[in-house]
Amino acid sequence: MTAGAFVWRPWAVLGAFVLAAGASFAFLGVDFGTLFGRDSLRQMAEFARGFVPPDTSPEFLRRTLVGAAETLAISAVGTLLAALGGALLALPASGRWGRWLRPPARLALNVLRSIPELVWAVFMVLAAGLGPFAGCLALAVHTAGVLGRLFAETLENAPPEPARALRDAGSGATLAFLYGTLPVVLPQFTSYALYRWEYNIRMAAVLGFVGAGGLGQMLYVSLSVFKTHEAATLLLAMIAMVSLVDLLSAWLRRFLGRSGA
Amino acid sequence: MPVGAAAAPRDPALPARVALTVVALLLLWPALELTEFDPRKLFAPDSLRTMGRFLGTFFPLALEADFLGLVLRSALETLALATAGMALAVALAVPLSLAVSDSLSISRLGPSRGARLRRALRLPLRLLLVVMRSIPEIVWALLFVRAVGLGPAAGILAIAINYAGMLGKVYFEIYEAGDTRPARAVLEAGGGRLHAFAYGILPVSLPELVSYTVYRWECAIRASVVMGFVGAGGLGQQMELSMRMLAGGEVATMLIAFFALVMLADGISALLRKVLT
Amino acid sequence: MKLDVDALHLTLPGGHRALAGVSLAVARGERVAVIGPSGAGKTSLLRVLGLALRPTAGALAMADVDPWVLPARALQQLRGRIGLIHQAPPLPPRQRLVTAVLAGRLGAFGLWRGLASLAYPADIAGARAALARLDLAERLFDRCDRLSGGQLQRVGVARVLYQRPDLILADEPVSALDPQLADQTVGELQREAQARSVTLVASLHAVDLALKWFPRIVGLRDGAVVFDCPPVRVSDAMLHELYATESQTLPVQGSAPLARPAPLSRTARRGAQPLCR
Repeated sequence: MTAGAFVWRPWAVLGAFVLAAGASFAFLGVDFGTLFGRDSLRQMAEFARGFVPPDTSPEFLRRTLVGAAETLAISAVGTLLAALGGALLALPASGRWGRWLRPPARLALNVLRSIPELVWAVFMVLAAGLGPFAGCLALAVHTAGVLGRLFAETLENAPPEPARALRDAGSGATLAFLYGTLPVVLPQFTSYALYRWEYNIRMAAVLGFVGAGGLGQMLYVSLSVFKTHEAATLLLAMIAMVSLVDLLSAWLRRFLGRSGA
Repeated sequence: MPVGAAAAPRDPALPARVALTVVALLLLWPALELTEFDPRKLFAPDSLRTMGRFLGTFFPLALEADFLGLVLRSALETLALATAGMALAVALAVPLSLAVSDSLSISRLGPSRGARLRRALRLPLRLLLVVMRSIPEIVWALLFVRAVGLGPAAGILAIAINYAGMLGKVYFEIYEAGDTRPARAVLEAGGGRLHAFAYGILPVSLPELVSYTVYRWECAIRASVVMGFVGAGGLGQQMELSMRMLAGGEVATMLIAFFALVMLADGISALLRKVLT
Repeated sequence: MKLDVDALHLTLPGGHRALAGVSLAVARGERVAVIGPSGAGKTSLLRVLGLALRPTAGALAMADVDPWVLPARALQQLRGRIGLIHQAPPLPPRQRLVTAVLAGRLGAFGLWRGLASLAYPADIAGARAALARLDLAERLFDRCDRLSGGQLQRVGVARVLYQRPDLILADEPVSALDPQLADQTVGELQREAQARSVTLVASLHAVDLALKWFPRIVGLRDGAVVFDCPPVRVSDAMLHELYATESQTLPVQGSAPLARPAPLSRTARRGAQPLCR
């Protein structure tokens, strides 16, 4: 591509996009006039003003802290369960339990991860009741699908020689896997799981919107009764928690990279 | 056998392993408490009954003509919602990314009017972009539902704000990563920033910009379904209603519609991105 | 363990004929060296004997039993009595030497002891003793990826020594070691075989090592046995013919002329048959 030559493709796509956007607005019939009209804007400004200042009463701060801890716990336990479940599913999904189990295992993993976490959360609230346990289960199930697929790929790429040599020396299949293959794939598994945990903390925070506990549930309740000062505190708590976790996980990953088994 | 062989040494990794295990258990216990972890809840009689009723109605799928029509309309609504939201996001992201971009900094070339002001604005604008994308889109959706009411308008605004933050950052990075000399040349020749952008940066970066935008559009479709669960319209809102009513067949049909929609978006996105490269 | 091989054929998946009719009988406690040029089939032969590969045709009997018709459990137990030393030991990089060596007896440990040994090594003294025989005792708790290629090869030997098998198969076990260490290691394998009266079949690239240590030399070329003699009957002419496609000089470690335990007898020099047995 020489400088100055007219590239028409991006413009074509952009044009198509603009057309699609126009069609979308027309289809939805969103009345931007009323939406951004004076009354509406004033209403939104009132709403926004309600957020300042955030509620800093000790009682509410304590509840926020508990909510944050709950969210963190949901993400941690959920990711842990997901790593175990995903590893278990990855064994058949990578073909280690025979050719016939591979397609159904992969199908199961695809179903688990295709359904968004929030949909799982609504489902789990039906199955286990309102509260953080539902959120934990929803994350566990969805993330098991995600991690299971990543784990299966890692297993498929792992060298078969160490385990093969152990079996040739008379070891059973399980021990040969634990001594020969697991040491090779475990660092990668851990890395994937930690990376996913970071993302899950954000997810855990919002699953509460459908009743799955944590800061999300508190935020939903506060907004429902228009206690915007509380909502502001909760939003700040969410942002702070996510930033803290990003820092912590970077440090943890460096630390784990140095040690061995 | 070596003479004077010492007794077998102890495993030096043991203390660290024990310590790690203890710490892990000490953290696990309160975590389980906090999550109200109790597998027995899954087997409580009313939960089982609810689940039974729900799963029992999964098959057959709800396939009545007017329901399918509703599903189709909702899916189109989601599609429109995501596209409209992305359009607004791009409209916001372009000026924002320009404003924070260094490569179009006229002030770099020498002192100029308003240089200080522009420099001073750059940091808060960057911060604004961070805030816009750090708050998850579903939180924005909830806020907008409270502010402007249920329906797709809230979804459009949520996507617009959140994705403007993401696009703004990535656009800016794409500008900086490309060859900035044509832009500087225009600036040095006395052209305005907008000229520099149109003739200097855009030709170089456009394929990548559009490619990333298309990728984000695909994500927006998925996000729009999820946002529907808090009332922002589209397929998600309908699915939430059906789940609350434990109408398994309807949920099953809508899940299939959701997968089809995602696959469609994936296909269009892959096609467009192939066209671009 | 007694070995009886009759007209063994092995065709690899690519179509290459690795073994073309190999027949061999090894008594219990015998020590045999297999020599030959690259591609002769030494590794394939050892892998078939180690039950790592199934022959395409021919009969194999280990202690008068056909291993391939055994039920799974019996086959696994038989495998535990065979120790295969690989040329490139398949050791997980982050595993510690103690665990790698102990893994040699996983068949004997059983599931629970094997699991427990992951948490705390079950027999540190035994692992250390095995490594001490190869001068690696002090590296007991080091990770495999901290070792050189030669050291790793010795760990592979140590693992098989720890396994205490009835049949030791060594596939070029000293290819990465310097001459002195190579000599010591082959000597150690000899001692092990003699002390426990177990069969040892080793393929070696260095002819002088083979002639020095083994009372029986099998020459392999293009998948077939060319000669099968005690070292005294192996003349330089036979060796040169064996390695004909390779360079004029024979593959040896040291610079000394090939030493054999006893000089060639006059009968052997006068019309010696290539195939001694």
